[in-house]
Amino acid sequence: MSEAELATLAAILAAMIRAATPLVFAALGELVTERAGVLNLGLEGMMLMGAVAAFGTAHAGAGHGAAMAAGAAAGVGMSLLFAFLALGLRANQVACGLALSIFGVGLSAFVGKSLVGTPIAALPALPIPLLSEIPVLGPALFSHDILVYASILAVPAISWFLFRTRAGLVLRAVGENHDAAHDIGYGVLKVRTLAVMFGGAMAGLAGAYLSLAYTPMWVENMSSGRGWIALALVVFATWVPVRALMGAYLFGGVTILQLHAQNWGVPVSAQILAMLPYLATIVVLVLISRDETKIKLNAPACLGKVFHSGR
Amino acid sequence: MKITRRAGLGLALAMGLFGATQALAAEPLKVGFVYVGPIGDHGYSYQHEQGRLAVEKHFGDKVKTTYVENVPEGADAERVIRQLASSGHELIFTTSFGFMNPTAKVAKQFPKVKFEHATGYMRAPNLATYMARFYEGRYASGVAAGRLTKSNKLGYIASFPIPEVVRGANAFTLGARSVNPKAEVRVVWVNSWYDPGKEREAAEALMAQGVDVIAQHTDSAAPVQAAEEKGVWAIGQASDMSRFGAKSHLTAIIDDWSGYYIARVQAVLDGKWTSTDTWDGFDKDMVRLAPFNPSTPAAVRDEALGVERQIKEHKFHPFTGPIKDQSGKEVVAAGQIVPDSDLLKMNWFVEGVVGSIPK
Repeated sequence: MSEAELATLAAILAAMIRAATPLVFAALGELVTERAGVLNLGLEGMMLMGAVAAFGTAHAGAGHGAAMAAGAAAGVGMSLLFAFLALGLRANQVACGLALSIFGVGLSAFVGKSLVGTPIAALPALPIPLLSEIPVLGPALFSHDILVYASILAVPAISWFLFRTRAGLVLRAVGENHDAAHDIGYGVLKVRTLAVMFGGAMAGLAGAYLSLAYTPMWVENMSSGRGWIALALVVFATWVPVRALMGAYLFGGVTILQLHAQNWGVPVSAQILAMLPYLATIVVLVLISRDETKIKLNAPACLGKVFHSGR
Repeated sequence: MKITRRAGLGLALAMGLFGATQALAAEPLKVGFVYVGPIGDHGYSYQHEQGRLAVEKHFGDKVKTTYVENVPEGADAERVIRQLASSGHELIFTTSFGFMNPTAKVAKQFPKVKFEHATGYMRAPNLATYMARFYEGRYASGVAAGRLTKSNKLGYIASFPIPEVVRGANAFTLGARSVNPKAEVRVVWVNSWYDPGKEREAAEALMAQGVDVIAQHTDSAAPVQAAEEKGVWAIGQASDMSRFGAKSHLTAIIDDWSGYYIARVQAVLDGKWTSTDTWDGFDKDMVRLAPFNPSTPAAVRDEALGVERQIKEHKFHPFTGPIKDQSGKEVVAAGQIVPDSDLLKMNWFVEGVVGSIPK
């Protein structure tokens, strides 16, 4: 390959990682929430609130660190609203999640009105010394901003937490059988609220990545459905963090490749690509539903079910 | 207005006698607007909103305007339009193609209310249509792009394969090649009117191919921002996007509906409104070019503005033959002008466009 082709390859790889990063954050957060047995469909709304809060903070002159924290905090705030309704008042989780999404779209547009059309300094790239100098792989993998690295590091961290720590075991137990967990003496609502808050923080960071790094601007509805794709990815990944990362990279990658494929003369239908995440999710659902043990192994048994402590 | 004592007396008398009618006549004209997107999109719906604000400013308390934003194109649109019609609005602008059928349906039920639908083709005695010749702006900006490119590769971020978008890409290409026959235009479809992330990546993909001027037919400023980062030129869409690219923003193709909206409201106030089919461009300032970047070479800027003036004065039409299609076949003979009816259903690319139209 010529030098120019290698540079293009590096650019494509880097773009795939960028496109996948918001999906990684949101999907990982939702994965933890669902492992605790709570289905929060409000990702899109939490992401948008995270995006507008992060952007607003950066625009006000606070540093990027504060902006990222504000994004995560806005996500947590939204998730607490969900927790209050769905866990505290035991309202239907699906309905609450949908409402949260719609509410987030509107609220973020409302609070962000004055921020439309104002630019900010983008989150700077942090090339990793030495590694970023490797040809092709250096610019593709090791010349990103801090949120990209954080999203990748979150995968082993969450895996370790879920499958190697006692707290992770309790969280999964609550998701598998909340009555049993309650009988042993674990605070089901407390665990679930914390899991929902973690999901909110991650969705907020996904939004912060969009408005600080990916396209450093605020515009209404800038997540453009990425929250829904992340939601599908959790099922696609059968609730396993590393698979969520792979799924996100796959879908991010396909989106980017499709843009380049047009130049190579490969006709790929954009509509089919847009369907792909959902199609793949349905296929995975069908596959794991065929086998009862597979469902037991993967899906949290109490996902979406309301917990009544009095019973 | 100076009211003499006598006239004032007469007025008071008249008001006393015909109080009811007088009160009615003093009622402001209610004008409704239906937008497909949020007014904060800084693009298409934003520009319509600017038009509405211009109407308010121009007529003051003689009019009362209402707008509904984020109206989906479908059954809900009909409800929104009917709601406006039944709440005393006498003139209603529905601003997106997908509002055509609902507007026509409601127009039939409210024969006394006047409707105006943007970018459609269904008309009735109380339903007019209007749209803008954006392609004129694309041609003129293409001239500047053709002059500025060093790689002879221009990029065009396209939304959906509809005639409006195909026409725009063709006009841009024709403009560029009129001054630089070696220029080619690479089209990338993103299948969205509005997805900042995807638009940015489309711009990145084009720049990776060596493109050094990017035009867009999508609504966010993300491509301009991406161009700024890499130091290539970008041409904005719908509104002036120079805030996102101090160095890269060459110009933008601006939709300006103010003049049209003011004229149509005036027509209703004068009782002279008729159902018309309007397709204006540079000539009526419905399409404008944003101020060129200060760093644009003066010769390039002046040439593009010269083309703008020629189009404005109807001395030149962007779709004047000879025009070849992508296979090199001459489709429009020398000196011929593509008629509006063909422009409205354009579904083929001109020579110089790299890319295909998804079927």
